Amino acid sequence: MSLNAILPKGGTKLHIVVLVKQVPDWDIPPSSFKVDEAAKKVVPPQGVAPVTSQFDAIAAEAAMRIKDADATTKVTIMSMGAATARDVIKQGLAMGGDEGVLLTDDAFNDLDSYGASVVLSAAIKKLGDVDLVLTGRQAVDWDSGVTPTLIAGMLDAPVVTFAKAVSVASGKVTVERVLPDAFETVEASLPAVVSVSNELGEPRYPKLPQIMAAGKKQVTTWSAGDIGLDAGALGQKLTLEALYVPVVDTKVEIMEGETPEDQAMALAKRLMDAKLI
Amino acid sequence: MANGVLILAELVDGKLAPVVAELIGAAQRLGAGPVSAMVIGSGVDAAAGSIAGVEKTYVVDDASLAEYTTDGFTHAAAAAVALADPAIVLLGQTNTGRDLAPALSFKLGTAVAMDTTSLEMKDGKLHTTRPAYGGNARAVNGFATSPAVVTVRPKSQDAADGGSAGAVEKVAFTPTAIRTKVIDRKVATSEGVRLEDAEVVISGGRGLGGPEGFADIEALAKELGGAVGASRAVADLGWRPVAEQVGLTGKVVSPTLYIAVAISGASQHMAGCSGSKNIVAINKDPDANIFKASRFGIVGDFKTVLPAFLAAVKKVRAEG
Ligand SMILES: Cc1cc2nc3c(=O)[nH]c(=O)nc-3n(C[C@H](O)[C@H](O)[C@H](O)COP(=O)(O)OP(=O)(O)OC[C@H]3O[C@@H](n4cnc5c(N)ncnc54)[C@H](O)[C@@H]3O)c2cc1C
Ligand SMILES: Nc1ncnc2c1ncn2[C@@H]1O[C@H](COP(=O)(O)O)[C@@H](O)[C@H]1O
Repeated sequence: MSLNAILPKGGTKLHIVVLVKQVPDWDIPPSSFKVDEAAKKVVPPQGVAPVTSQFDAIAAEAAMRIKDADATTKVTIMSMGAATARDVIKQGLAMGGDEGVLLTDDAFNDLDSYGASVVLSAAIKKLGDVDLVLTGRQAVDWDSGVTPTLIAGMLDAPVVTFAKAVSVASGKVTVERVLPDAFETVEASLPAVVSVSNELGEPRYPKLPQIMAAGKKQVTTWSAGDIGLDAGALGQKLTLEALYVPVVDTKVEIMEGETPEDQAMALAKRLMDAKLI
Repeated sequence: MANGVLILAELVDGKLAPVVAELIGAAQRLGAGPVSAMVIGSGVDAAAGSIAGVEKTYVVDDASLAEYTTDGFTHAAAAAVALADPAIVLLGQTNTGRDLAPALSFKLGTAVAMDTTSLEMKDGKLHTTRPAYGGNARAVNGFATSPAVVTVRPKSQDAADGGSAGAVEKVAFTPTAIRTKVIDRKVATSEGVRLEDAEVVISGGRGLGGPEGFADIEALAKELGGAVGASRAVADLGWRPVAEQVGLTGKVVSPTLYIAVAISGASQHMAGCSGSKNIVAINKDPDANIFKASRFGIVGDFKTVLPAFLAAVKKVRAEG
């Protein structure tokens, strides 16, 4: 089913779905990053709680800015993951989201991006009246950046990647894109999928009353069966053959010297000797 | 049967992007059958005829492909893939590759591996390795479907050295509906050497304390004929343009000399500069991660070290 079948709705409020993924905290010293090579899994560091993937909180911020401009906007925060992913949904709700959807099922564990997109797009279709899907530019675990495009394909909707600003007016989304050497403004008809980059700005920080209020907002839990999926046929296409921590064996030579001038001269001489300057 | 490697010969301002020769080099070394290229655009015959080291070049030339759009290029690339019938499709992890590869994989109903840094054939099957978890880990992937669509990180592969150009074949193409419309494009112009091409890059981080901290970095870049780079923290703070950001979500550089000043060396930053031949770190924290990847280092405050270093460089260069 294509979302186009449902839209345009005309007059009714805009419905945005923000996709948020729960990931291990990336802000840890590299020395505490560990991998279980046999299980091909990351070992979460002791006592460090998993967090919302960085760009996904920014995608939620993008949704809230649209809602700031038009308070009738409805924002659904959706995550696929373990039961603990409820925490990242709650964070999105505290930022101002209206409802949450948690997709959790043993069959959803260790899916590749394609499988994850099958699940997420099925849930979006089940919601039915979605105008705009906002995602992070890439999840900070695998750093792939493919899910938004795959979901757009599965929803038969256009996709615009790497947004630094997103606005909606008269059935269209306008996106400022960040390119390494340019900025681009792109327009697409709704429904559409937009992936958000850090240049959009910092996500808002919920205050205590908002966090309290988020506790009362509804989070619906769906399993594979609830969204009409066959748990055994999620279309895994990429296999994980190995996961390991690379060894870096560079030996640094620290410049000695009593004063910065001595250190600086020592460095300049070493670079000159090595024909680097 | 699907065979060989088809690479996307990406064009920038009508010229082959530097990553193209790297993709051809990687494809040749893979030994997975004949190497061919596809060129997509409008009026691209000259560029198509100039691609060396491939057996064949497929050209999709249409007025609707003058500018990159996800829909247009996906449709065009899929047409070239249908004709070439490769087992493997390689694209650069450039903006175009980042956007196009997932869309192409979806259209082909196959798998995509992004930002890979090494590729090998194992028992006749492609295995790709890519940094994951911000560069902290390496993941090796295999493909359950064919053709495998793979993006390759720029500067991670040795470029093919020359060879003859392949026979050019036109791909029949009917334009498709393009659902996105570019209504404005501003090009960020930078003076001096292009960051990606520079032999010397001097990057500054959050420890510089503000945009004025870059004055000495700029002076040093000028002296060494290098380019200025920045960490994401700096770009996010607006101290420097995004175009100067080095790292996982910024640019990949591999200069002969990379000088990191007041940069902590987070794995996501290193993802953009670890291919540099020599890294020099200036940081006041002796335990900063950047030293672990550096050849030379100074532990100290940039405020005193940088002016002294600039003077020292001038002096040793003058003395030869
Ligand atoms: C998915 C993802 C993608 C990312 N992509 C990128 C990317 O593309 N590029 C990137 O750079 N980052 C990226 N990051 C962010 C990265 O994790 C770091 O947060 C960032 O690189 C830190 O920038 P920094 O080193 O300038 O700042 P900090 O980490 O704050 O380091 C500042 C350094 O300056 C030193 N210092 C302070 N004062 C002085 C002084 N007076 N003299 C000398 N030294 C001093 C300190 O000791 C410290 O080491 C990404 C993060 C994520 C999660
Ligand atoms: N399991 C998930 N749950 C919710 N959103 C997800 C999930 N996986 C990916 N996404 C979304 O897709 C974006 C890109 O992910 P990826 O393609 O894995 O890099 C993320 O930033 C999220 O917004």
